[in-house]
Amino acid sequence: MAATISLHLRNLKSLEFILGAVLLGVIVFCVLFSQWLFTPPGAIDLGARLLPPFQDVAHLFGTDALGRDVLSRVAAGGWVSLKVGFLSVMGSVVIGVVMGLISGYYRGVWDVIVMRFADIQLALPFILLAITFVAILGGSLTNTIILLIISQWVQYARLVRGSVLTLREREFILSARAIGVKDMALILHHFLPNLLGPVIVLMTLNVANNILLESSLTFLGLGVDPTIPSWGGMLAEGRTYLQTAWWISVFPGLAILLTVLGLNLLGDWLRDTLDPTGRTSR
Amino acid sequence: MITSERTPLLCVDNLSVRFGSTDVVRNLSFDVHAGRTMAVVGESGSGKSITSLSVMRLADMIGAHYPTGRINFAPEGVAPRDLLTCSRKAMRSIRGKEIAMIFQEPMTSLNPVYTIGDQLAEVLILHESRSRAAALGEAERLLSLVRLPDAGGLLGRYPHQLSGGMRQRVMIAMSLACRPRLLIADEPTTALDVTVQAQILDIMKDLQAELGMAMIFITHDMGVVAEMADDVVVMWEGSKVEQGTVEEVFARPRHPYTRMLLGAVPRLGEMNSHAYPLRTPLTMLRDGELVSEGEERLQDTADYSAAPLLKVEDLSVQFDVRKTFWGRVTHRNFAVSRVSFEIYPGETLALVGESGSGKSTIGRTIQQLQEPAAGEVWFDGRPMSQMKLAERQRLRREVQYIFQDPFASLDPRRTIEESIAEPIHTHGLMEGSRAIKARVGELLERVGLDADMAGRYPHEFSGGQRQRICIARALASRPRLIIADEALSALDVSVQAQVINLFMDLQREEGLAYLFISHDMAVVEKMSHRVAVLYLGQIIESGSRGDVFERTAHSYTQRLISAVPVADPTIRRDRSSLNGEVPSAIRPVEQPPVILPRHDIAPGHCVARENK
Repeated sequence: MAATISLHLRNLKSLEFILGAVLLGVIVFCVLFSQWLFTPPGAIDLGARLLPPFQDVAHLFGTDALGRDVLSRVAAGGWVSLKVGFLSVMGSVVIGVVMGLISGYYRGVWDVIVMRFADIQLALPFILLAITFVAILGGSLTNTIILLIISQWVQYARLVRGSVLTLREREFILSARAIGVKDMALILHHFLPNLLGPVIVLMTLNVANNILLESSLTFLGLGVDPTIPSWGGMLAEGRTYLQTAWWISVFPGLAILLTVLGLNLLGDWLRDTLDPTGRTSR
Repeated sequence: MITSERTPLLCVDNLSVRFGSTDVVRNLSFDVHAGRTMAVVGESGSGKSITSLSVMRLADMIGAHYPTGRINFAPEGVAPRDLLTCSRKAMRSIRGKEIAMIFQEPMTSLNPVYTIGDQLAEVLILHESRSRAAALGEAERLLSLVRLPDAGGLLGRYPHQLSGGMRQRVMIAMSLACRPRLLIADEPTTALDVTVQAQILDIMKDLQAELGMAMIFITHDMGVVAEMADDVVVMWEGSKVEQGTVEEVFARPRHPYTRMLLGAVPRLGEMNSHAYPLRTPLTMLRDGELVSEGEERLQDTADYSAAPLLKVEDLSVQFDVRKTFWGRVTHRNFAVSRVSFEIYPGETLALVGESGSGKSTIGRTIQQLQEPAAGEVWFDGRPMSQMKLAERQRLRREVQYIFQDPFASLDPRRTIEESIAEPIHTHGLMEGSRAIKARVGELLERVGLDADMAGRYPHEFSGGQRQRICIARALASRPRLIIADEALSALDVSVQAQVINLFMDLQREEGLAYLFISHDMAVVEKMSHRVAVLYLGQIIESGSRGDVFERTAHSYTQRLISAVPVADPTIRRDRSSLNGEVPSAIRPVEQPPVILPRHDIAPGHCVARENK
């Protein structure tokens, strides 16, 4: 029975991977090739305003208040949203992990410097930071990403530093040091693989969070040019029509939900695959 | 004194415990009588702890179910109950009140945010609905019952302010709070030092006689069994293989497994009058038959004509413990104070001592995991403080370290091939992945494992196999000195015997020297050429094995030796002399420890002066 259970679990694991990969794959494909797959997202057709979904083959997801096709806008809007979500997370992971490793591994002065920077960062309200940032540099896609990186690397740095502090007392780290393993190899081969689990979880959560943050910034006029469609922006736009035309905000919302779901599934799968204690090699 | 015709207090009848589809305990039956101690003995994986958790019905929480059996609990004056059919509510009133349990780790079984008094009183308020004041009064009485000095003052203290031995006594006091009929002790002294263990065992024995309760004592240590038990159940792979009174089982073990287990226990004193350590054949269990494997030979590998391989001179190591706000150090842990010794090629030097004696710190300093505060370490005639970076790195190749816990000292995310090859890569000893792979296979076979296991991960191995992997890893860089820091302590006795022989064979074939750090006097006696006894960071006695064990000169060494439980129920020694705790090595900076003068009482036998 135990064998069947573990078999069952393994199937579940690969199901996780397949579902996650298919979901993300379809979404990313649609977004990347939206130019060729769908009508131009900016095409205004005032004769077809607020068409409900699934009634017209040309407007499968319906149209918005200006008669623009929701489906093609969702596909085109994914470009901004995914870019913001992924790039901001990638950037903050790279900076955060490196900073966390430095302060946790070398301790002393490095630790004090990095962690005081982190504390200052955490003490600054996000909105204040955003307003100041945009006031100086102006709002654009790149600036939004940089802003998100600046405000989020701390989370990863603190998480990684905490893990490093507990790991460095573990005996296998000590025993590697006893062998004479050099700092760089120690970090790459022993620390990094062992602290990746929680980082992956935080990453998947933050991608979703950042897609929504981008829309809030845009809504406040601090983010991307509002005429460029994005999932978050469409959500905010559709809010006023929620009573009469739910599809305007539900479809971009669904896109965010499915992206995040796919990411979570893939993240879980990746975390478990990287952990050898969860499987047997033969 | 006890009539066994009376109905037993606890009757385990044909009990099986199952997790998923695996039977962890199979058809186990035994009786426990009031006033007697039943020892359940077995190695890891024998199901002994699951048995005790099943009696408490705590095993339910980790997913156990019980396909067969009954656990009849029949205290005097109450109708007998089958614990396996009791409701959760009924069990809650039995747990802690009528059946109490103590666990192995006194460090983790007390809640760190409550005072000792609060935690003791909680039990009394819960089960006996006393007022808080009355409960605290009773708590104080209980603490003095387990012979804790200043019981009143202890009530207001927090767990972290107490030593391990004191905490375990608090745990015992807590378990006795409601005068249980049955006390289950799951390896209660395994995590403690020998002298503290001796004290705890004495207290438990006295209290049992005083309160007339029954005790189930779960342990892997045959010495402790001989010391404590009236009756013994030997478990092996989930089944009972032998049962009897302690005298019967030790004098006439019937089952081959029991005989193997008893044969594997190193006994203090068995090496008397041998000049060298002795490699003894192993008694192994093969298909239910006992077979003797390996040769018996003297371990005369030490080369005293050569220059010492390692020489430690007046080594001191200190840790800053407490600082003022401005960063000035006020208290320091004087972990090692002016320790000197040398190790010759092919020799095993043992460092013995209790926790806090500084023995591991010495090993770590030699391995450059720790900076010395003063003193010098000479390796192969070269002082470490003068070595350049490259030479220090070479030293990390020639000296290897084996840690106590084979579960913790291998990176869980790397295959054992990667782990074993790591020293080879680090020191650039070999080129080409094929050559390295072959070398790893060769090393694995060298320590008695299969070469084709190389692709597996550490969690797929048992404790003994992992320690062999650690040894293979240490051998990978062809070292000349191996520091074994309690390398045998976490292993089952039968596995321990095999690893001892492995150590000795490697010493003979590779000419290795060992610095053997241990608290286990019996293993030290079996393995080492020379012994140094540490107390509070100083060597108080050193000499050949015969000097230290047979011509013991220092009273602390004597205490250590007498505290070791002897695996023979006919010898139950009185150890009333053992009292008090090992004092702490943490002192104010202005008061460094006094260095005790040492002198030779015989050639090579050096003893520190005793404070009278």
